[in-house]
Amino acid sequence: MSSTAGKLVTSRSELELDHPNIEDYLPSGSSINEPRGKLRLRDLLDISPTLTEAAGAIVDDSFTRCFKSNPPEPWNWNIYLFPLWCCGVVVRYCLLFPLRCITLAFGWFIFLSTFIPVHSLLKGQDRLRKKIERVLVEMICSFFVASWTGVVRYHGPRPSIRPKQVYVANHTSMIDFIVLEQMTAFAVIMQKHPGWVGLLQSTILESVGCIWFNRSEAKDREIVARKLRNHVQGTDNNPLLIFPEGTCVNNNYTVMFKKGAFELDCTVCPIAIKYNKIFVDAFWNSRKQSFTMHLLQLMTSWAVVCEVWYLEPQTIRPGETAIEFAERVRDMISHRAGLKKVPWDGYLKYSRPSSKHSERKQQSFAESILARLEEK
Amino acid sequence: MGNTSSMLTQYDIEEVQSHCQDLFEQQEILLSLYQRFCQLDRNFAMNPLSLRLLKMVDGLNFKDFVAFLSAFSAKASLKQKVKLIFQVYDSDCNGKVSFKDIIEVLRDLSGSFMSDEQREQVLSQVLNEAGYTNDSFLTLEDFIKVFGSCKPEMDVEIPVD
Repeated sequence: MSSTAGKLVTSRSELELDHPNIEDYLPSGSSINEPRGKLRLRDLLDISPTLTEAAGAIVDDSFTRCFKSNPPEPWNWNIYLFPLWCCGVVVRYCLLFPLRCITLAFGWFIFLSTFIPVHSLLKGQDRLRKKIERVLVEMICSFFVASWTGVVRYHGPRPSIRPKQVYVANHTSMIDFIVLEQMTAFAVIMQKHPGWVGLLQSTILESVGCIWFNRSEAKDREIVARKLRNHVQGTDNNPLLIFPEGTCVNNNYTVMFKKGAFELDCTVCPIAIKYNKIFVDAFWNSRKQSFTMHLLQLMTSWAVVCEVWYLEPQTIRPGETAIEFAERVRDMISHRAGLKKVPWDGYLKYSRPSSKHSERKQQSFAESILARLEEK
Repeated sequence: MGNTSSMLTQYDIEEVQSHCQDLFEQQEILLSLYQRFCQLDRNFAMNPLSLRLLKMVDGLNFKDFVAFLSAFSAKASLKQKVKLIFQVYDSDCNGKVSFKDIIEVLRDLSGSFMSDEQREQVLSQVLNEAGYTNDSFLTLEDFIKVFGSCKPEMDVEIPVD
């Protein structure tokens, strides 16, 4: 119990550390007083953009709603439906769950009995070893998906191994990775976790070329950026998968994408993932549940049904900043998966920014007024 | 819906709707606003005018809060929106906006990036060009005349959960 409690505490601080550097996202231009030309009384009196923003902050708190999972309405509340539900529970826990555990154990057995020999014996022949390991990782992920009775529909062209491309997807739970990995062995960038997950990370995922980072280390960002760049340049590396939201969101919304994946100077291939909530809510609220509990919850539900769309690769347009590019890709993913976009300044409402944001606005307003005063 | 806002009854909602002249028609919007009304964070200073706006809604009951925000509805008329802007300037609520009132709002908007002299100079210049002097008091009609026929873009969408 204490270990899960410890995990929950770190997760909360992880979420706080997770906030992107807001200063990077402050708009460079001023939205107030956009039209140029001679200054008139109306321009000075028209405070509507600032007022609208202030009123929006009073009225809307869209950030926290991204992390709420609304519990489904209970349907077993009367005398006819309740026994049905009880039968369902019995089937799920006593029939499906053991079957799934057996399947998973079987899968692990096959995987380990092939992976360990291949990994140690074929040390010399890298290419063959990597190929076999790729296939094995895909296989174990398929077993995982089968252990939740996962029904996944993939749309669009399958990812290929090419240099100078990176894949981005929206993030709902750690299982996103497993669902995608089942089809293609991606290399992912992840936070190093403690416990059995960490063990898996350092042994198996290392072989597909995953990159680790540590949120609490400040210098880590540069190191990771360098590793990312090296990875996408290499021709034989597995395609790189990044979750630019940086945190699990409840599959109704997308939050702001961090720009790191979009300034690697390569093609970005968006992937949209949408889970069907009728069967199970796949959102992993890392503040409320440990990963083990989350997996157990999935294994005792009826099914995990989701759709995966591989969207058209995008490149940065001339004159576009990395942030605009990220927003454009977020648009595509949200539209495809039917998710609502939380405006980027949702972060500001959540984290009570320093006065810098306000000051920047004041500065751009003052500069614009003074500049227009010069124009006679 | 299973959950109801425990404080609001149907009568309350209808009363609030008529008080804001039906600019917020959907009941869900009012329920959503009520939740926000109860949790309003008084210290929030995200943009230069946040505090000023918060001070204006501070003492209000829910009915007046909704009436106040109704100017931000997409259906609100030009007159209603300009009236809200007028109320923001008219901090002492005497129906007139003086040179000093406008300077104060300008000070909020520009902070330390403009000196007091610069602000006064700018305001005097545009006031004179528009036909007013530094001593004139602007009323709501003056504001409406200044804004002309171009409706200020002041729409806020209230999210409904």
